Amino acid sequence: MSGTLLSVDAPAQWPAGARAQIDEVLTHYPNTRSAILPVMWIAQREWGWLSPAVLRLVADTVGLPETEVFGVATFYTMFNLTPIGRHHLQVCMTLSCSLLGADRLFGHLEHQLGIGHGETTPDGRFTLRRVECLAACGGGPCLQVNETYHENLDEAKVDRLLETLQ
Amino acid sequence: MSEPRGPLLFKDIDTPNLTAIDTYRRGGGYETLAAVLGKKSPDECIEIVKASGLRGRGGAGFPTGMKWGFVPKQTPKAKYLVCNADESEPGTFKDRELMEKNPHLLIEGMILSAYAIQANTAYLYLRGEFAQIERSVTRAIAEARAAGLLGENILGSGFRLAFHTHLGAGAYICGEETALLSSLEGFRGQPRLKPPFPAVEGLYASPTVVNNVETLMNVPHILEHGAAWFRQWGTEKSAGTKILSVSGPVRRPGNYEIPMGMPLRRLLDDLCGGMRDGLKIKAVIPGGSSVPPLPASLLDTGLDYESMNAAGTFLGSGGVIVIDDRTCLVDALWNITRFYRHESCGKCTPCREGTYWMEEVLARLERGEGRERDIDLLNDVADNILGKSFCALGDAAAMPVMGFIKHFRPEFEYHVTHKRCLANRRRESLAEVMA
Ligand SMILES: Cc1cc2nc3c(=O)[nH]c(=O)nc-3n(C[C@H](O)[C@H](O)[C@H](O)COP(=O)(O)O)c2cc1C
Ligand code: SF4
Ligand code: FES
Repeated sequence: MSGTLLSVDAPAQWPAGARAQIDEVLTHYPNTRSAILPVMWIAQREWGWLSPAVLRLVADTVGLPETEVFGVATFYTMFNLTPIGRHHLQVCMTLSCSLLGADRLFGHLEHQLGIGHGETTPDGRFTLRRVECLAACGGGPCLQVNETYHENLDEAKVDRLLETLQ
Repeated sequence: MSEPRGPLLFKDIDTPNLTAIDTYRRGGGYETLAAVLGKKSPDECIEIVKASGLRGRGGAGFPTGMKWGFVPKQTPKAKYLVCNADESEPGTFKDRELMEKNPHLLIEGMILSAYAIQANTAYLYLRGEFAQIERSVTRAIAEARAAGLLGENILGSGFRLAFHTHLGAGAYICGEETALLSSLEGFRGQPRLKPPFPAVEGLYASPTVVNNVETLMNVPHILEHGAAWFRQWGTEKSAGTKILSVSGPVRRPGNYEIPMGMPLRRLLDDLCGGMRDGLKIKAVIPGGSSVPPLPASLLDTGLDYESMNAAGTFLGSGGVIVIDDRTCLVDALWNITRFYRHESCGKCTPCREGTYWMEEVLARLERGEGRERDIDLLNDVADNILGKSFCALGDAAAMPVMGFIKHFRPEFEYHVTHKRCLANRRRESLAEVMA
């Protein structure tokens, strides 16, 4: 799971558990390149974010130049290329949620946490981010905390949610 | 038992513990697989799906059996089945509920579809946000494998199928089938030129069928009961049911499985219970944010492909977004356009530059800094994207702009002349727009 704020220290190698997952995932495809997203996910779950050293490790693992791996990592929005808080609050701002008050909810979160889009609280507890439609429009406004959906939110519900996220 | 939520895909959807293979089997699950594998020929399966009139539920409505028929029968290459579970079209949230509650129906549908096209490998491509669903589907896959329903020599038929999930990582464009295949191959998720179509040259340059989750979940029902049975729902050209995801300020938002052709008004008034808080409907986007809106005067339009086209829009993915009378449409369109600007992959100029300019102009209109000619300028930019972009994301960005202006031009003009919204319950002041 996306862990605590991590140092930029280079991980020289995969921990045994991650290596076993990678070996399994590599059997899913006819070439190693196809495993690039799953391998990056395994890395992000392990270290919370993809530091340059981690991206080098990914590149070695799938046998591609580092620049290629970097190009893929930056194409997608869900790979954290900077350290991340323990609880990543990803608030949907797209139309359906916006019609139901997402803008106000985001403003409320900014106010409660004292941080803006893309920022992390100094204690490393929360990172706040605006995201696009999460496929939960019928339960808007909504957000994801790491991988978990929270729907039909309002300010009071969000306040209670924040308390549970230590 | 409460009323079933729909005739087909939603019939048993709320059965407790349906994600477990035993529960699924108690309701007749995997019986179609046993009745078809090795007993009906792959070609027979394709013919039944063709005759059923099933069309792709991912957005384009392409006839499924016809697509399967394009896969070459004799080829030295491996063939692939890819299920598109990217579900990223704003307003759409049906595949998520379907997979969360009934993963085995998807697995059965994918095995049957792979058999029909004689693919021995299937991938389920899920959007990155569906990590938890990936885990629960993976459990279901393991159950199916343990029961001899996946892997080598399935149910003694000689047919084999390897089945893997693949998690995306946040990019709307990866819902477009060729971009999805690029992403699955480990490249940046950018679209590829068509033709060649994936059925001929798709994943790893091999014949590949890409189908949406809902499409594939219809397949076991069709192969079990036959084409004529399936056609008891829907219209001649839009056969079967469709799951509509309804969002916005209605009393009961959610997913509804309806026979195609049902008037939009019935869905919104009878099933969704009408509007909340005394609001009235101003506009409805019927098929996900990529399609033009319908004004309130067209609410009797039928929810089927042809009726929607006749009304100037599309059934699309079935993401029904209801916009109320106290929402500013300039603001709403700005939100939509901001999405496409963010999601444009940057590969081609009309879309990359056009989405940028449309968003700039809409932001300025919303701030009350718009000029008279901005409305025509918007139409002009949209016209330069429509049909002139590399993939359909460009059209998806252009169509809402043209549709909103076509139906609601006076509201845009009001913005220019009065420098503020006609109505905007979501914002109290201009300061909020500027923030
Ligand atoms: C920008 C864009 C986004 C798309 N997103 C999705 C999606 O999230 N899910 C989906 O099934 N189809 C999506 N499609 C449609 C696919 O390209 C493709 O037509 C579909 O997966 C085919 O399956 P079907 O025939 O079963 O609908 C998208 C298309 C475009 C142009
Ligand atoms: S139309 Fe947009 S999304 Fe499609 S290829 Fe061009 S830039 Fe990329
Ligand atoms: S618009 Fe927010 S989840 Fe779809």
